[in-house]
Amino acid sequence: MSRSWAFASNYLVYSAMAVYAISFLAHAIETAWAVKVPTDKSSTLDYKRTEKVARIATAMMILGFVLLFAGVIARGISAGRVPWGNMYEFSITGALAFSGAYLLALRKFDLRWLGLLVSVSVLLTIGTAVTVLYVPSAPLVPALKSEWLVIHVSTAIISGGVFLLSNVIAAAYLYLDRMESKGERTQWAKRLPDLESLDQLSYRLVAFVFPLWTFSVIAGAIWAESAWGRYWGWDPKETWAFITWVAYAAYLHARVTIGWRGRRAAWLCLFAGSTFLFNYIYVNIWGTGKHTYSGL
Amino acid sequence: MSQQTQIPELDSVGLLRYAWRQLTSMRTALILLLMVGVAAIPGSLFPQRTQNPLQVGQYFKDSPDVARWMDRFYLFDVYGSPWFSAIYILLFISLIGCVLPRTFEHFKAARALPPTTPKNLSRLEHHQSWSPKGDELELARKWFKAKHFRVLEVDGSISAEKGFTRETGNLFFHLALILILLGISFSSLFGMRGEAIVNVGERFVNTPTSYDTLNYGKLYKDSNIPAFMLTVDKFVAQYNLETSAPEDYTLDVSLLRDGSTTIEKKRIKVNSPMTIGTTRVYLQANGYAPVVTVRDSKGDVAFQGPVTFLPQDANLRSIGAIKVPDADPQIGFLGSFLPTYVRDGANGGASAFPKALNPRLLLSVWSGDLGLDSGIPQSVYRIDTTDMKQIGLKGLKPGESYVYEGGSITFEGYVQWVNLNFVADPGKHLALLGGIVAILGLLASLFTRRRRIWIRVGDEVEVAALAKNAAPGLELEIQGFVKMLKGEK
Repeated sequence: MSRSWAFASNYLVYSAMAVYAISFLAHAIETAWAVKVPTDKSSTLDYKRTEKVARIATAMMILGFVLLFAGVIARGISAGRVPWGNMYEFSITGALAFSGAYLLALRKFDLRWLGLLVSVSVLLTIGTAVTVLYVPSAPLVPALKSEWLVIHVSTAIISGGVFLLSNVIAAAYLYLDRMESKGERTQWAKRLPDLESLDQLSYRLVAFVFPLWTFSVIAGAIWAESAWGRYWGWDPKETWAFITWVAYAAYLHARVTIGWRGRRAAWLCLFAGSTFLFNYIYVNIWGTGKHTYSGL
Repeated sequence: MSQQTQIPELDSVGLLRYAWRQLTSMRTALILLLMVGVAAIPGSLFPQRTQNPLQVGQYFKDSPDVARWMDRFYLFDVYGSPWFSAIYILLFISLIGCVLPRTFEHFKAARALPPTTPKNLSRLEHHQSWSPKGDELELARKWFKAKHFRVLEVDGSISAEKGFTRETGNLFFHLALILILLGISFSSLFGMRGEAIVNVGERFVNTPTSYDTLNYGKLYKDSNIPAFMLTVDKFVAQYNLETSAPEDYTLDVSLLRDGSTTIEKKRIKVNSPMTIGTTRVYLQANGYAPVVTVRDSKGDVAFQGPVTFLPQDANLRSIGAIKVPDADPQIGFLGSFLPTYVRDGANGGASAFPKALNPRLLLSVWSGDLGLDSGIPQSVYRIDTTDMKQIGLKGLKPGESYVYEGGSITFEGYVQWVNLNFVADPGKHLALLGGIVAILGLLASLFTRRRRIWIRVGDEVEVAALAKNAAPGLELEIQGFVKMLKGEK
């Protein structure tokens, strides 16, 4: 029973990967095609030709999301618990949260230009998960058997997904800003939003998710109190969660109180996001301490 | 410098005031905030005494000079170091200096009425005007009231303001951080934390001498330790048959409280500690203690009982030492306990599973001077063999004995032990309250918008609005307001 669920989960995750790959290709074609369309350099881009491909790209992204979602659920059923027990599971759920955050944001903002980066990141994350991080489905170690696992880990994963999305946008800001300061945007980059909107969007995502991250850290502290007898112990993972929190707090202060915008704010945002990534990758795999659940 | 800069003469009060203003400036606060983040990094890269004293010891063993220099900069005690404390104390002083004046200001502003309507509304954002029907002021008054705006009405104009929650939330958030710090300080002054290894079947009496390690806060006294006694009745560990990974630990204890005569049966698991008054008892680790009997050459018992061995791997291969200082010459045993023995050429045996399915005790016997009187504290899990000679080597099954020159040892069996943590953390509720208030404050400050709306009715109706902090959504609100005034739906 549990073995067939585990098998189904793997099957679904691989299918999701294939579908994300199609989405990636469609996004790439869309981006490339738009450059070739104008015959005259001064003409504006005509997206009608790429519209169909763009729709395929988004549709594939949604299908990939659904398949990955099913894969994550099946993994959970096979192990008889929430599927957040090791790094393979964190990674596939993280990829799910990341593409989910993108799809949600897509409903509100015109973000399709970001699809290429999102699909590449998701592909790389799942790819690493299935090749390097994979461990067979198994029940949880006793320390993870707690209702806080659901609360703490899910909020951490969602926060991570949104932080990374905001980072990708900040990076896009810096790239386009550089392009503009050298001259004007290249043809394909003209279809991306103006700098002001990118700046705002990146900030809004952080402002939206910072309370959730705070909650995740506090939920972790409550859990640590019941599992390890202390709510804060400067375990490497805790330390880096704190550093990420401090970095984003500084970012919010810099924007709201001092009025940082644009380049400086984007760099600070990237710095804060990189502390999150460092925590996820370095501390999970090579770090010591109580949070070493990678299963590797 | 070509220009002479004029430095104002400062007396000591002026200097203090200048320093205070610098410290409480937003810029300084931001730098301090980032510094706290950066200062926390070394603690995650080097082992810390509070978490991993063994690894710190290894640093000292491997390269003592480097380690001594690192220690001089508190790199093994980062979070208790003077420089880390200095940064966060400065940050919190800066925070208090920032937040307190703002709290007073906000309190005053919250009770004050909004400023009167500006003369020239057309210069403001979202300005609209149309010819009046007559009931606009009345409608606006109702609308503002229903939406809890604070209003000031002067000569046919209303000035309305809303969104004070933003600053309230902001202030609460920062005050909550102070609350968390207070909670942490309170715990470090009045808290206690102790560890004890207890064999299954044995009793633990809660007195300072029962602990293997015990740390109190500065204001915690011996007499504060609550009196109770507990007996470890049963410990069950379940493991995954394929991976040897632990799946469940269950510990059953009998608790006898001070002044009570009834024994309470309690169950402790990894995520559900036992609470006795203000003390909580946590199940942190477990292992095996082989039970041995050591006899001298005459057959008299020189040592008998369980000896705690420390687990070394996932299959609970455990090592330890048995010391018999009363023998002449002194006898010591270095041992490995293998719960599920399998042959292993390199180490003389390994364990294949954490449960005791085929237990084996591998011993090397040493004779000579154990060095216990040298004054240097020794690990109970090791033997200093510098003045000793190995006289025997043997693997024993339960019930088997080994006779060496000068005596014998019998492997009687084994018991399991559990490592219990006893923690009193009186400040944790304060810290938790701080955490909750911080999140609520954060939500309030990030998701409420402070804005002013004005309406003046004269020859024409004029409406304008202003959003602080460039909060979005005001345009929609104004559209709705105007529609309502015009009587459109």
